[in-house]
Amino acid sequence: MITTSAREKTGWLGWLQSQRNRMIVLMVLAAVAMVIPLVANNYMLEVLTNAWFYTVLCLGLNIVVGYAGLLDLGYAAFFAVGAYTTGILTSQFGVNFWLTIPVAVACSMLAGLIIGGPTLRLRSDYLAIVTLGFGEIVRIIARNLEITGGASGLIGIDRPSFFGIELSRGIHFYYVFLLLAILACFVSYRLQHSRLGRAWQYVREDEDAAEAMGIGRVAVKLYAYVIGAMFGGVAGCFFAVKMTAISPETFTFTQSVLILLGVVLGGMGKIPGVVIGAFALVLFPEVFRGLGSMRMLIFGIVMLIIMLYRPEGIWPQSKS
Amino acid sequence: MLLLEVEHLELSFAGLQVLRELSFDVEKGTIASLIGPNGAGKTSVFNCLTGFYRPDSGRITFNGRSILRRKPHRITRAGMARTFQNLRLFKSMTVLENVMSGMHCRTSAGPIGAVFKTGSQRREEELINLVSEECLAFVGLLESKDRRASNLPYGDQRRVEWARALATKPKLLLLDEPAAGLNHDEKQELIALILRIRDELGITILLIEHDMGLVMKVSEKITVIDYGAKIAEGTAEEVQNNPRVIEAYLGSEDEELL
Amino acid sequence: MSNLDIILQQLANGLILGSFYALVALGYTMVYGIIKLLNFAHGDLYMVGGFVGFLILSAISGLLGESWGAILCSMVFSMLAVGLLGVIIQRIAYVPMLQAPRLSILITALAVSMILSNGVMAVTDGEYLAFSTDLSYDGLDLGNVFISYTQLALVIAACLLMVILYLFVHKTLYGKAMRAIAIDQDACRLMGINVNRIIALTFFIGSSLAGAAGVMAGVYYGSLHFSMGFVIGLKAFTAAVIGGIGSIPGAMLGGQVLGLLEAFGTQIPFVGSEWKDVFSFGLLILLLIFKPTGLLGKTEIERM
Repeated sequence: MITTSAREKTGWLGWLQSQRNRMIVLMVLAAVAMVIPLVANNYMLEVLTNAWFYTVLCLGLNIVVGYAGLLDLGYAAFFAVGAYTTGILTSQFGVNFWLTIPVAVACSMLAGLIIGGPTLRLRSDYLAIVTLGFGEIVRIIARNLEITGGASGLIGIDRPSFFGIELSRGIHFYYVFLLLAILACFVSYRLQHSRLGRAWQYVREDEDAAEAMGIGRVAVKLYAYVIGAMFGGVAGCFFAVKMTAISPETFTFTQSVLILLGVVLGGMGKIPGVVIGAFALVLFPEVFRGLGSMRMLIFGIVMLIIMLYRPEGIWPQSKS
Repeated sequence: MLLLEVEHLELSFAGLQVLRELSFDVEKGTIASLIGPNGAGKTSVFNCLTGFYRPDSGRITFNGRSILRRKPHRITRAGMARTFQNLRLFKSMTVLENVMSGMHCRTSAGPIGAVFKTGSQRREEELINLVSEECLAFVGLLESKDRRASNLPYGDQRRVEWARALATKPKLLLLDEPAAGLNHDEKQELIALILRIRDELGITILLIEHDMGLVMKVSEKITVIDYGAKIAEGTAEEVQNNPRVIEAYLGSEDEELL
Repeated sequence: MSNLDIILQQLANGLILGSFYALVALGYTMVYGIIKLLNFAHGDLYMVGGFVGFLILSAISGLLGESWGAILCSMVFSMLAVGLLGVIIQRIAYVPMLQAPRLSILITALAVSMILSNGVMAVTDGEYLAFSTDLSYDGLDLGNVFISYTQLALVIAACLLMVILYLFVHKTLYGKAMRAIAIDQDACRLMGINVNRIIALTFFIGSSLAGAAGVMAGVYYGSLHFSMGFVIGLKAFTAAVIGGIGSIPGAMLGGQVLGLLEAFGTQIPFVGSEWKDVFSFGLLILLLIFKPTGLLGKTEIERM
């Protein structure tokens, strides 16, 4: 009797509780996402591509913030490491784009290890500051090194080809980022419902009790950190070839905060929530174009209101 | 054979001596107790044993190996599990998920196994489920496995903590005031459960307790500490008649002895 | 310039910079000491302080001119205004979050910081504002070392504020209550201390010090920008950590240490000033990893 009452929900949410119904919704959504480019104009396509791109970034940060409960204020740094690795290797050494992906992934994971390894045993607020400082350090380094093109950044990054088709049109990148987003959702889902995913939740809820149960909190957090970094790195690779140019100003603190906002807005730790958060992040400024420079101010107010009145985010809690 | 051997343990916080020259041991397959008035340092002993505090000096040998200054999760992996004085459940998770945490240190699937759902990962998940349900069945909470842990009555939450500790497959189980807040009937069940854990599962038990009745009933050996030092040791009878023990308790908590 | 002159000049520069850092660091440390909250918005309060000072100075310059009297007046009002803003922020954003998980409080503080900096950006259109004063460029000319009277006055003002703060915390009943709350909030409540009011007072004092530093920075650098709170916020936090977060003398010491390190850091050959921030942030990270208790901080009970 208790088990049913805990699960029982009214309306469409109750309907969503069933695995089969959830699959139906997902299939419909995927189908819609697949056919949209056939009817959308270039502008819409560009915006939606951007939304899928932010979906990948937000899902990556969600592993760190949502699953492991660590505040990372320098997430853009991992995205930067991925983008610059691909940018440098393709534009200055002529390496094939597809070969740069594993290198970029390795580099961003390494960056995650370097910064996470020594700092993950720190208190959570210290960690937030350390990641912030790390994000700034990466950006300043990119600004001042020759190999990264200095303040003006890298230009002329080659477009990759895929079985003879050069990925250059908007529609190509729409599908590339859609695919990445679906992959990110899938990986997140599998991780969340695994031994490691549970370990993240244990550590998030009570570090000491988790430790007493034989869960090494530093190792578990490091996994979250490095996997999150990997998501950022992969997104960075494709970002670099889509834009064909990257500059340090893409990877500011504001960028990190935006990605965090997407996660918080949709609901930390909940995949559909984070996807909605990423879309809201991208669509909102497009819909309200008149806001211009007020955008970040409004985002700040939204974030405050969410934290004060609905800390679980837009997407509702699945367990009562 | 000695399962746990503590020698000359010293612990101090900011100049305050908490444990002094404390030595005691636990024989394999027995139920031992650590008692003493409030603030005597009992929980500090547990925290030293499980790696949450760093003792200043001394030796702790568990199962033939030194575990001094090891990280808590390594000590748990070595076979020592604990419960907490104030409940420390993962409140928003289900009872089953809580117990599954204990199996973490006995399994190994990582992110790659999780993403690709490899055969070994799936077998491991099944094993985690199986063992966790067994542990819940052992403490009699299997039918509550899908409830949210914080929605259970207090006594049941305690038993979830026990099941969780059992799921780590310990050799030694440390129970921190297991009878606190329980009524008379619950205490009788508790005594039965403690005996079953030892007799059916073969797990050695060390418990901290205030309830003298319970301690006298279940433990084969009692160590009494006061102000962080051992003042008496022996069977229930020996300890009961020890003048130093009576003095220590009369000074602070005479009503508990009566 | 001889080496000695360079050393003396950088010493002077470092102490001036350090005074700003110390003033802002004090607010971080006081708030952290009392409720263990890392107030991300603190650097932005400094920035708001600069702008409020600018507004008041422009408003009263007709009456008082733009010299020391007017600057002092605008500084006092800016301190009051920013102090009040700090209390309002505490009431609206932090009080409801005190029981929430740490992650939520940090994100809330981040949101407040975004609102302040982007709010000022929207008002000022993201432009630099010239903070003009009538102060003379005279100063003490000690051979090759030059310290302007403005710099001297700013350092003295900063020191004065810190002395007042120290006396307040250590010699008054309110100060004693603050120190007591930092140790055990619940016990204070039982002893009849109005904990909420003391916390609000702490926010007021910490914020007003940041406000004062903002006005001083305006006078010193001669311009204001909405983004100026971000970097100083990070640096002041670094200073607070160097000194030992939670310790008031530590924040003062840490500010000076960081100021001096930066001043001398720019003298290292082949390391241009563009690397200055990397230097500070790197120092912060190393410090947090290896000596999180800082120079004067208390060691917490050691746990693994």
